[in-house]
Amino acid sequence: MTAPLPRLPRPLRLAALPLPLPPLSLFLGAVTRRMSKSHPEMIRRLGDYAGHRFLIDPVDLPWLLLLHPANATMTAHRRARPPAHDARIAGSLSAFLAMMHGAEDGDALFFSRDLSVEGDTAAVLALRNAVDDAELDLTEEVAALSGPLAAPLRGLLGGAERATGLTLHRMTRLDDFA
Amino acid sequence: MDLTVGPNFFFWEAETIRSFYRDLAATPVARVALGELVCSKRLPFWRDEIPAAIEVLQAAGKEVALTTLALLTLRRERKITADLMDLDLPVEVNDLSALVQIPEGRPFWVGPLVNVYNEGTLRWLIRRDARRICLPPELTLDSVAVLAGAGRDEGVPVEVWGHGRLPLAISARCYHARLHDRAKDSCQFVCGKDPDGRDVDTMDGQQFLTVNGVQTLSQSTASMALKIDDLHSAGVAALRLSPQSRNFDDICIAYASRLGGETSGAALAARLRPLVPGGNLSDGFLSGPAGAAWSGERMGKPN
Amino acid sequence: MMELVCPAGTPAALRAAVEAGAHAVYCGFADETNARNFPGLNFTPEDMAEAVAFAHARGAKVLVAINTFPRAGAEPLWHRALANAEAAGADAVILADIGLLAHAAERHPLLRRHLSVQAAAANPDAINLYANAFGVRRVVLPRVLTVQEIAAINREIDVETEVFVFGGLCVMAEGRCSLSSYATGKSPNMNGVCSPASHVAYSEEGGELAARLGGFTIHRTPEGEPAPYPTLCKGCFSSDGQTGHIFEDPVSLDATQLIPELARAGASALKIEGRQRSRAYVAQVVRTFRAAVEAQAAGQPMPENMLARLTEGQKATIGAYAKTWR
Repeated sequence: MTAPLPRLPRPLRLAALPLPLPPLSLFLGAVTRRMSKSHPEMIRRLGDYAGHRFLIDPVDLPWLLLLHPANATMTAHRRARPPAHDARIAGSLSAFLAMMHGAEDGDALFFSRDLSVEGDTAAVLALRNAVDDAELDLTEEVAALSGPLAAPLRGLLGGAERATGLTLHRMTRLDDFA
Repeated sequence: MDLTVGPNFFFWEAETIRSFYRDLAATPVARVALGELVCSKRLPFWRDEIPAAIEVLQAAGKEVALTTLALLTLRRERKITADLMDLDLPVEVNDLSALVQIPEGRPFWVGPLVNVYNEGTLRWLIRRDARRICLPPELTLDSVAVLAGAGRDEGVPVEVWGHGRLPLAISARCYHARLHDRAKDSCQFVCGKDPDGRDVDTMDGQQFLTVNGVQTLSQSTASMALKIDDLHSAGVAALRLSPQSRNFDDICIAYASRLGGETSGAALAARLRPLVPGGNLSDGFLSGPAGAAWSGERMGKPN
Repeated sequence: MMELVCPAGTPAALRAAVEAGAHAVYCGFADETNARNFPGLNFTPEDMAEAVAFAHARGAKVLVAINTFPRAGAEPLWHRALANAEAAGADAVILADIGLLAHAAERHPLLRRHLSVQAAAANPDAINLYANAFGVRRVVLPRVLTVQEIAAINREIDVETEVFVFGGLCVMAEGRCSLSSYATGKSPNMNGVCSPASHVAYSEEGGELAARLGGFTIHRTPEGEPAPYPTLCKGCFSSDGQTGHIFEDPVSLDATQLIPELARAGASALKIEGRQRSRAYVAQVVRTFRAAVEAQAAGQPMPENMLARLTEGQKATIGAYAKTWR
């Protein structure tokens, strides 16, 4: 049996709590816009589903994330007030990051109930397939936003990855799959 | 449009079959396809009834065809198929591989279990000497219209599924035996206990499917009662009625009455509902949204 | 060495498969011409041409699945798919429909034709009929045959055989199943989907996760247990007092240990199911099976199964290859 997915370490979870939402939304929006620009085929692949609202629910964080691919926006919301959405995907942060980066298979995460779906299942399927084909890389996207800080930031994210077990960059054939 | 009676899917006793075809001869159907379609293990129990059934039906002026099995897998089933050629009757092909046993130039029918979804396939089969084609029940009205038209252009009548629990799937595995904890090889013919198949419901009690040996059927009875005018406009030549264990003669007469314009579709549906096993009708393959749907007013047991 | 034929749902998955050691990959266009017509999946004609170039540069083949049954009145869509596959440089097309096979044999005679499992050719007569009438060069065998039956078939035919070794199991005669369209109006034959996500609804009810398809309840899974996708024939139903997986358990196929026997039975190629799976699945599975076929060619034993996490229901079976399945 492979090792269970890491849960976000307590200190990080606690540190996330008081983070004000507007700056977080700004940061997420910037990353999402960048990803959209550098992966236009992802939006094309989504087809009609690009206009859907996807509620991403990382159960080990205090916020919900609303993704609107066509507008290339991702906004953060308090858990107590979920925004209107067409589909909701819930799971640990590490499950989302692993799936996004091709470290874990989405179907396997659903079977094992590390991820769960509510609402428009076909939309979630389209999103999953589009993201899988796009070969996204969070580290690279964040680094691209950071100008002269790019190199140290890559190092920092690499360290964070090793410390937490979270997948923060795209897995390639050179990486060791679990 | 007239009426064809398809092969009986279920495993009935010899005497039941004898009286079934004797009674059927007195109904206003134009033609009958008969023979074992589901499981070759059943044949020895009732094949002796076949000559008498052919005789009584032909004496009543009905055309008779013999069906092949739906899924030919075993070596000995090749011989069963070959034997069908001995009588001078059209053979209805329900497994495409049976075609290799039909000599060039000898006309045959194509049954509803062969995939005829488009004009290209229809024409290929007609060039190969198909003389009558029953379309797969899954087709929409639009597809039926295109194919019935193409058939008419080639002088070949095209039929559609008119009444009966729908043949939805066939397998090498026997689900009836499996329900009795047996395998197909040692089944002890448990399918004989269920003359209209054994019902399968969802865990929430919804009426869903019916198992008949290696075959999976719908639990609802498909009926084109409300679609006769549409099918007529589409150029369909005949409705295929699939045998059920009780009331089948009344059912044939009721459809004939509708085709003769003596009754309405709604009246026919109301007449049929209490006569079919389980009491549920469906016609959703033809005009949506799903096969299990019914285009009329839903009465009786909820689905 | 047996040819390893691997699924590619997206260009990224195709690259992953080729880099993991696939001898051939199979894929489809983003429309109803193939039997994995899922949202967000598959290739445009441009994607396909690029993918073929990528694969050929690395010595791998590309097989294009055009294996649904063309709709009456809409045959040009399928005819265009054939033309696009040939223009992209595909090594073969995988077909099921008689009309389309006839068209391909006549209009694209140089485009190699394989017979899809959706043609349900389960005996030598069926296979020879397609071979003689349409020049089919290889047949994908239904997953419901035993190893002995596969050996017997190979003795009576001249075309190559391709057999499934891993992935989802279809228990009914494929291409002849209307279960999905009975519940949802969409079928693998006509629309290229089975148990489509568009008709799936999950609902938490009293400590259980209910999974429904077209309104029919397919599974009820207690908290904490693996939750299978509501594929209709894998559902839990009840019949006359008995409740269970009446048709098939939600397990998938892993016939790694049977590869030597399948080779002896005359199979030329091994097929991995899973075009709807991610590039992570594809990379892992292909790498494992490439090692297995290399071991087979070298006369060494098969590697132990390392793929438990990826199989449906997290249990695997050798399926119908063992006779007791019936």
